[in-house]
Amino acid sequence: MRGATHVKWAVCAVSVALAATACGGSSSGGDGAGIVRSSWGDPQNPIEPANTNEVQGGKVLDMVFRGLKRYDPKTGEAENMVAEKIDTTDQQNFTVTLKSGWTFSNGEKVTAKSFVDAWNYGAHVDNKQNNSPFFANIEGYDQVHPESGKATAKTMSGLVVKDARTFTVKLNEKFSTWPETLGYQAFVPLPQSFFEDHEGWLKKPVGNGPYTVESYTKGSSMKLRAWDGYKGPDKAQNGGVDLVVYTDNNTAYTDLMAGNLDLVDDVPAKQLKNVKADLGDRYINQPALIFQSVVFPMYDDRWNKPGMEKVRKGLSMAINREEITQQIYQGTRTPATDWTSPALREKGGYQEGLCGDACTYDPKRAKKLIEEGGGLPGGKVQFTSNVDTGSHRDWLDAVCNSINNALGKGAVCTVNPVGTFADFKNQMAGYKMTGPFRSGWQADYPLIQNFLQPLYATGGSSNYGKFENKEFDRLISEANKESDQAAAVAKFQDAEKILADQMPAIPLWYQNGSAGWSDLVSDVQLNQFSVPVYDQIKVS
Amino acid sequence: MGRYVARRLLQMIPVFIGTTLLIFLMVNVLPGDPVAALWGDKPPDPAQMAIIRKDLGLDLPLWQQYLNYLGGLLQGDFGTTIAGNRPVLDQMTDAFPVSIRLGLMAFTFELVLGLFFGVLAGVKRGKVIDTGVTVFTLMVISIPVFVLGLVSQQVFGTQLGWVSPNVKDSMDMAQLVLPAIVLGSLSLAYVARLTRTSIAENARADYMRTAVAKGLPQRRIVSMHLLRNSLIPVVTYLGTDIGALMAGAVVTEGIFNVQGVGQLLFEALARREGSIIVGIVTVFVLIYLLANLLVDLLYAVLDPRIRYA
Repeated sequence: MRGATHVKWAVCAVSVALAATACGGSSSGGDGAGIVRSSWGDPQNPIEPANTNEVQGGKVLDMVFRGLKRYDPKTGEAENMVAEKIDTTDQQNFTVTLKSGWTFSNGEKVTAKSFVDAWNYGAHVDNKQNNSPFFANIEGYDQVHPESGKATAKTMSGLVVKDARTFTVKLNEKFSTWPETLGYQAFVPLPQSFFEDHEGWLKKPVGNGPYTVESYTKGSSMKLRAWDGYKGPDKAQNGGVDLVVYTDNNTAYTDLMAGNLDLVDDVPAKQLKNVKADLGDRYINQPALIFQSVVFPMYDDRWNKPGMEKVRKGLSMAINREEITQQIYQGTRTPATDWTSPALREKGGYQEGLCGDACTYDPKRAKKLIEEGGGLPGGKVQFTSNVDTGSHRDWLDAVCNSINNALGKGAVCTVNPVGTFADFKNQMAGYKMTGPFRSGWQADYPLIQNFLQPLYATGGSSNYGKFENKEFDRLISEANKESDQAAAVAKFQDAEKILADQMPAIPLWYQNGSAGWSDLVSDVQLNQFSVPVYDQIKVS
Repeated sequence: MGRYVARRLLQMIPVFIGTTLLIFLMVNVLPGDPVAALWGDKPPDPAQMAIIRKDLGLDLPLWQQYLNYLGGLLQGDFGTTIAGNRPVLDQMTDAFPVSIRLGLMAFTFELVLGLFFGVLAGVKRGKVIDTGVTVFTLMVISIPVFVLGLVSQQVFGTQLGWVSPNVKDSMDMAQLVLPAIVLGSLSLAYVARLTRTSIAENARADYMRTAVAKGLPQRRIVSMHLLRNSLIPVVTYLGTDIGALMAGAVVTEGIFNVQGVGQLLFEALARREGSIIVGIVTVFVLIYLLANLLVDLLYAVLDPRIRYA
């Protein structure tokens, strides 16, 4: 056994040395033969750009497709990819010009029609695409996707093809940062084969990205290979990626340790304590575009009457975020100090400490504020959440403990656990909550607008607390009309300050994305959506 | 005999309809809306929900949904999933071959080794080997299957490296060996214990003394007289176990990443995919019913005194 151990160490040393030279050598081309073996979960829905709204299918789309824009994994900025330029004079009518030379892997040219057809398909109600709402601000969406009843048009009137490389988009209303949303996967172009042989396309998706699908066995694995004909700037740095389905992330982690897997992008909670010892610096843990909060039912007078903002703020100050994120999540959550996410970066609108004192743990002031505000309604507070996933029960108990300790009046804070997410969602969407409830928000694109408008604007699509504030709505609408990005962000942040004042939702923490990898691969990074940037991974 | 089988097969029809109805109703009273859950944390789109409901017939009254389902079932149509709009039959034909392989391998393992240990202990009752088997089986029975699974995965997979710790290709029999052993080990212990008790009891029977007095060789006495007469309780147990091995493999399949029926059922429950749940359970009901019939028929083969008219 001793001899075998020595051999193992020798192999390790050699492979590390090889990896080092591979990193050092600047001439290493993109046609490396190495295959990255990565963990995967079976996507619920077929892999279609406008239908995939979860991370597992998103991994494939990110490899197989390139859209008009792409978010830089480092800076988070939306950079032109297939688009040459997107022009507007009035923040409502946009002219999109494509670069020439882009093709799909089946040889078909990427034209303006490839985009317009794909978007019209994604928006149409009959196609039952989950991401349809992403097209909702294009003019004519109401006709192809009415609130109820049948569609009255086949295509959206706001999309017009001018020539092979140009099309125009008219929006319902001014939305200055609309081009920045185009990095989302729902907006990628589709080849004609998607419409002609839909079943065949689903079995083997064809796109314009750096990888092609070699084989797809539903429920078990997908093999992707680097596409030699790819002309884009981000050619694959490895030979391909094998996505292997694991139903349990612990199993994937075991396989990573046994050397049967190169990359896991979801380190299981119970391994977090070992991860440093197991992987050393082959592990990343960084904030994602996920914001966790507790929302108050503003439709309930007991929580909305004047003076209650002090109680809501007081509850926020009674929560020891620092301790809970460390004890329960081992640092895989970052305490929140605003209503966005650090993954946005400063330029995108993230501002550390915007929430101010109201999000800082201060049990004495918390108690005083709650008393000033008239005390908890009925002398108690009950937090509601589904408890089937995500250690929700654990942190809710911890939050309640924290509040109970701060108030010192016994167990005034209790948890109302709901068995399943589906049931919880029914109660939430039916506005049946009687106390604060959990809210998790994963942004669709790295824009501050996406963290604020849908959640807190009047009539917002996910405004489950029914928070209504005229000043907030006005600032959001002004920000959307602003042509200068910095000015728009400043307006959004002004709106955010109203949240700090009114506290309709208590910021808890930002959720992190994590990944661990074997010593056979290097240059692993996660993008804002916590998806590994596969094309940059190098295999030694 | 033929009439007996026919009667039993006909009896299956009401049992089959009753169980499917029961499960269909139970899935429908679960709280929450699987169609709305398609949107995750995002707000569902009412127009699209209406179209999905209409396409899948979920907007009809419950009794009509059930009749439609039953009608489809008779034509071999198990319905369509809500998420992904895939035929349920597709998913079942992906998962069942895996579980059947795993189940049969576990079954063979428990049958061969269980009978072997049981006969050994029963014949040599009171000796060291008997005590050994009893202690060993007691140990296996008292260890929960997930402990056994995780420990053997760690020892044989990660540390000794004899097998791959997880199953990469669920259709590869070689990779299924370890999961099958873990899955079958509990039943193995029961089979061994049942066989031992039954053998020990029958060893004192009159026909055994006759066989020995006739001067038959030991090997023939044990295999043809003793074992055959002692098998009835074991066969009863094995019959119900066939179904349990396939249906109850959720934990083992999870530990070893086997993409079988257990995993499919577990996920379907989490997502509230009624059509998958009812479909799988329906097949399980059929398997149980047929296994039971087979057991009853085997009784007559093992013991000629039992006759069916």
